[in-house]
Amino acid sequence: MKVMCAMSGGVDSSVAALLLQRAGHEVVGVTMKLWGGDSDTGCCSVSDVDDARRVAQQLGIDHLVFNFGDDFDQHVVDPYVDAHRRGTTPNPCIECNRSVKFARLAERADLLGFDAVATGHHARIGQTDDGRLTLERGHDAAKDQSYVVHMLDQAQLARTLFPVGHLDKSEVRSLAAEIDLRTADKPDSQDVCFITKSDGRETFLGNRIPFRPARVIDTAGDDVGTVDAVELVTVGQRRGLGLPGGGPKLYVTAVDVEQGVVTVGADDDLLDQGLLAEQMSWVDGAADGAVLVQCSAHGAPRRAIVRLVEGDSSTVEVTWASPERRVAPGQSVVLYDLTDERVLGGGICA
Amino acid sequence: MTVTYLDHAASTPMRPEAIEAMGPYLDVLYANPSGSHRFARRARQAIDEARDRVAAVIGCRPNEVVFTGCGTESDNMAVAGAVSAARHAGRTGVSVCPSVEHHAVLEVVEHDVHGHLVGVDAAGHVDLDALASTLDQLAADGTPADVVSVMTVNNEVGTITDLDAVARVVRRHSPDAWFHTDAVQAASWVEWSDVTPHADLIALSAHKFGGPKGVGVLIERGRAVTDRVDPIIVGGGQERERRSGTHNVAGIVAAAEAFAITAAEREAEIARISALRNALVDQLVGAIDGAIETVPRHLKNAGSAHVCIPGIESEALLFLLDEADVCASAASACASGAMEPSHVLAAMGVDREAALGSLRLSLGHTTTADDVDRAVEVITGAVERLRRPVAAHPGAST
Repeated sequence: MKVMCAMSGGVDSSVAALLLQRAGHEVVGVTMKLWGGDSDTGCCSVSDVDDARRVAQQLGIDHLVFNFGDDFDQHVVDPYVDAHRRGTTPNPCIECNRSVKFARLAERADLLGFDAVATGHHARIGQTDDGRLTLERGHDAAKDQSYVVHMLDQAQLARTLFPVGHLDKSEVRSLAAEIDLRTADKPDSQDVCFITKSDGRETFLGNRIPFRPARVIDTAGDDVGTVDAVELVTVGQRRGLGLPGGGPKLYVTAVDVEQGVVTVGADDDLLDQGLLAEQMSWVDGAADGAVLVQCSAHGAPRRAIVRLVEGDSSTVEVTWASPERRVAPGQSVVLYDLTDERVLGGGICA
Repeated sequence: MTVTYLDHAASTPMRPEAIEAMGPYLDVLYANPSGSHRFARRARQAIDEARDRVAAVIGCRPNEVVFTGCGTESDNMAVAGAVSAARHAGRTGVSVCPSVEHHAVLEVVEHDVHGHLVGVDAAGHVDLDALASTLDQLAADGTPADVVSVMTVNNEVGTITDLDAVARVVRRHSPDAWFHTDAVQAASWVEWSDVTPHADLIALSAHKFGGPKGVGVLIERGRAVTDRVDPIIVGGGQERERRSGTHNVAGIVAAAEAFAITAAEREAEIARISALRNALVDQLVGAIDGAIETVPRHLKNAGSAHVCIPGIESEALLFLLDEADVCASAASACASGAMEPSHVLAAMGVDREAALGSLRLSLGHTTTADDVDRAVEVITGAVERLRRPVAAHPGAST
């Protein structure tokens, strides 16, 4: 096959390209230039592009850089800022996968005659007996990234490859080390690529939206403190609320940006019976009934019953098997089957 | 398969004579020209002779020629050096340039608190009325322009500036300003008599005219002879105290060789290459629905073919051309190698949709009619393919 391998300059995508090449595919490496501003890591810094290019050179494959900066601004950065403005907690890496890697890049690959796009994600694509494609957790449970690629459907899976999904991270690193790839020891990227460690989220958002102060009240409605920027407060947060020390631990249970009110309560006040997930996508059609639900990249899956909100597979009602800690609106809600291996679909917590 | 190379504006192949001229200075004549022994004097003589040759072509005095490390350095020295010299003399240090300049000038002006940009017309020519009023306003504000920089030939779209007309505006509205021109793209295509008399500072780059990479020239004449801009690379002052660093002897010798050959062949090459360029553009515009010639050819240098092709993206087109061994470009690339949206097309008012499908083909001394035929065939085929609707895949979602 002719495969376009998205190369971020990290070890996973380096080894993905290596494995594709070893499998006999015709491989072209592509690094996406997504962000014009400062970046510690991700696909955008000159040294990451250097790494990707040098790995491609070592493997003897072509390497190109595509500029998808406009798409990234429009589909990832602007919605990220807007979500904070509305007081929700977005997951920009998932939006990047949805709108850039598996949409814009995949369409470009298609147009240019590639049979598939490969990435270095730790997830696996399988097939059922009747030929349907499945999206499964990566072999390395600690590095599993099925959560962030949950939006892939049958058509997309048919044209996607995850060459390192069946490997442990240590195996990925040893494969890279064996042939002395310069990325073999490169640390994993952790954070949002367009926000630098030195400036942080607060500075990034502060340059783009006006922060508004908010009252902090307890469940009885009494004022207990204030925050300078309601846009930076997340449900479940405990620190940075300007509350006096001592006393019982208090958590944010609700954020009302319009009214400028942050409500705090005890741990118990955070417990919910369920949630509503919107903008659902499905790997192989809508599912309902008993499932496992994961609400953060490395969060524990929790048992729940899902029910489609009538006549509409884009919204589901999730009812926890037993009360669970509240999920911040804006977070991705991903459904797995009861074996905790297969992704069924996912959406965004309302 | 042979490569069809239509990216001469990025870099043109070295002249064989220039490659040959370098040889001895990479090999046996290795001495540092700033030394005091006879061996050093041989190298020094080579630089002196190169300087004479460049001056003869440009139509300036040899002591007005400064060898630098690249075209960007020459542009930086002209503009940043002028701003710095003005400030040392107690003036504000005000720089002015049109918004279509190469980044080597633009970055210096844009990032200075006293830098000012002037708009251009649809062909990329600096708006002379806007330039005049900007200069008047600056003078009225008590901060008259210290340096005005207007490129001779635009590197993306090929527009040639009437430097005489621009210089008149500068002299009239900002009589004390240095007038710099980035002539990096001009060396193969314009008569120096249309350039030299009008500018105080002129920047050149050897690898754009068949010399090696790593050699630039800054001409300092006119006002810049008595009123010097500041050097930007300081140290031993090896290059006539205008630029420091050991001379790139082989590169300088080769640059002068290529420069002389280019000048000698210019008239014939312009006739030959403009015919090829016209055939190329006519066939592309004729074969590709909606394709437009970005700037009318009578306003451009002979080697430049720039078209905008609606409904496609340059990056995708360049990939297919690259696969077919046709070398072309779109706008300028950033450090990562990604194509940046063109600031030139944006300044000219080309709409974004058309600008997304821009294609720069640049011809040069090695270009043949076969190159043109093959480029037309490959480009029209690639555009057709990119415009074909992508077949729906089984189970494709919307």
